[in-house]
Amino acid sequence: MKFKEDSRYRRANREAVISLGMYVLFFAWWYFTAYGLGSGDPAGYSYVFGLPSWFFYSCIVGYIGISLVVWAVVRLFFSEDSIEGTDPDGTEGSQG
Amino acid sequence: MNNMNMILPLAIYLVLVFAVAVWGKRAAAKTSDAKGFLEEYFLGGRSMGGFVLAMAVITTYTSASSFVGGPGVAYKLGLGWILLAMIQVPTAFLTLGVLGKKFAIVSRKVNAVTITEYLRARYKNELVVVIASLAILVFFMASMLAQFIGGARLFQTVTGYPYLVGLIIFGITVVIYTTVGGFRAVVITDTIQGCVMICASVALLWAVVSAGGGMEKIMAVLRETDPALLTPTGPGNAIPRPFILSFWVLVGFAVLGLPQTTQKCLGFRDARSMNNGMIIGTFVVGFLMLTMHLVGALGRAVLPGIEVGDLAVPTITVKLLSPFWAGVFIAGPLAAIMSTVDSMLIISSAAIVKDLYHHHAVKKNLPVTPEKLGRMSLIVTAVIGAIVFLAALRPPSLLVWINLFAFGGLEAVFFWPTVLGLYWKRANAAGALLSMTVGCGTFFWLMIGKIQVGGTHQIVPTIVAALAAFILGSYIGKKPDEETLAAFWGRE
Repeated sequence: MKFKEDSRYRRANREAVISLGMYVLFFAWWYFTAYGLGSGDPAGYSYVFGLPSWFFYSCIVGYIGISLVVWAVVRLFFSEDSIEGTDPDGTEGSQG
Repeated sequence: MNNMNMILPLAIYLVLVFAVAVWGKRAAAKTSDAKGFLEEYFLGGRSMGGFVLAMAVITTYTSASSFVGGPGVAYKLGLGWILLAMIQVPTAFLTLGVLGKKFAIVSRKVNAVTITEYLRARYKNELVVVIASLAILVFFMASMLAQFIGGARLFQTVTGYPYLVGLIIFGITVVIYTTVGGFRAVVITDTIQGCVMICASVALLWAVVSAGGGMEKIMAVLRETDPALLTPTGPGNAIPRPFILSFWVLVGFAVLGLPQTTQKCLGFRDARSMNNGMIIGTFVVGFLMLTMHLVGALGRAVLPGIEVGDLAVPTITVKLLSPFWAGVFIAGPLAAIMSTVDSMLIISSAAIVKDLYHHHAVKKNLPVTPEKLGRMSLIVTAVIGAIVFLAALRPPSLLVWINLFAFGGLEAVFFWPTVLGLYWKRANAAGALLSMTVGCGTFFWLMIGKIQVGGTHQIVPTIVAALAAFILGSYIGKKPDEETLAAFWGRE
């Protein structure tokens, strides 16, 4: 390729992969808590705060948990650099 | 008299929305050229901050189905349907995290104001543009119609006023403020509507839980009614696993194809806005899904015996809340509806004015003044709104069907061309064309024939077929030229 690639795309791609990672994490939590705890006979369910435990962990803890994970991950790993059309620091990009 | 009490908060709310839209219009930057006008009217001058961005994505995504249809099913099927609704929690962070930053940079590089313009710049193919514009117009009109009908019926059920009155009140409101204020009015009103939706859902859930004598008591009643209401699979295995898992596609990652939400990725101010949008959006969408669907599921214990699912939420509202608070609540779903319709309306208008008219005018060197474009944008927005409004006067009875069809259809057309255009350099026009036609064709064929593969929703084989078509087409067609690649991936 003749042109030099926009150095910000490496970070953008990494952030996209991290987002997908959080998505997979949420899916795994959702799936295993719901069907792991909730597959048996409802007569044998345990309850947390009045709710069946599978529901409590999958839907309530899962939701609050992923909100916190997104908050922490975005604050820690997502850049707040320029998104303008021109790459501002193209010279450093090749070294990453 | 009771009805008047109910109308009052609603009237105040609608006036407020109007006022804000007009104020947003005033706040709009003055533009002196045609390009500036289009970027302002259709994209608010790319000025959205984090909170507004989050609300704009979320409220556009949450429609009548999240407020009325979904909770209605939860009423019938119990907690399992809430589990299904929670699949939508990642909508905001997935859309913004996967597409946001790259879309923002790319759209500035190639000056794209709409998704269709991005597709035009990436694939350099008129047929791609025509199919994209047509898909947007047809599917958006169908969805807007369904939203209008849903809203008017809801209004009728709760207030007792005729269908027509509700349709006129909120239908005309949304068409006028969108026409006058453009994208800026859309996102500002979306933000207010998001807040109204949150308040409404909290008020109703609180009313349900206290009427039922607390959570433990409600669960005991549900267990007595039918123990399966407490399971992830629902009564009579109504929510089997392959079915619920395919919602991870339909309302899961395939939402990356919905032009009404992905378009918001072009409109935020800076990276900080996007990062904040991911955090706030995730929190808000999960909150709305959880509270509203809990209202439906728990409502079964408080007010049993509602036969039609769509009537569950309106009935619970009227029975449990005083007229004034019912009026406040009803603003919630109406807000959900209006905030979905306004985005679709502005994008439909952009499809005609920007993607089709302005592009050809520029190509043929026709003189295009901001005044002319301004007049035209206003007229086109108003006309599309009027068409949908008139269609809703004599509604066809297939509300849910049309809506689901449009949702999956948009994903079938836009998902791979949008995502792969950003992330795969080999992606080209042949791939995009093949993916759009095969995807859409497969989806229609499977839906109409009610054909299911392995118990999954039709969207699953559709997305797979569209991917295969995209890859095949891309390797058959020519590599994208150096100029396109440099425009998208280069530094300038």
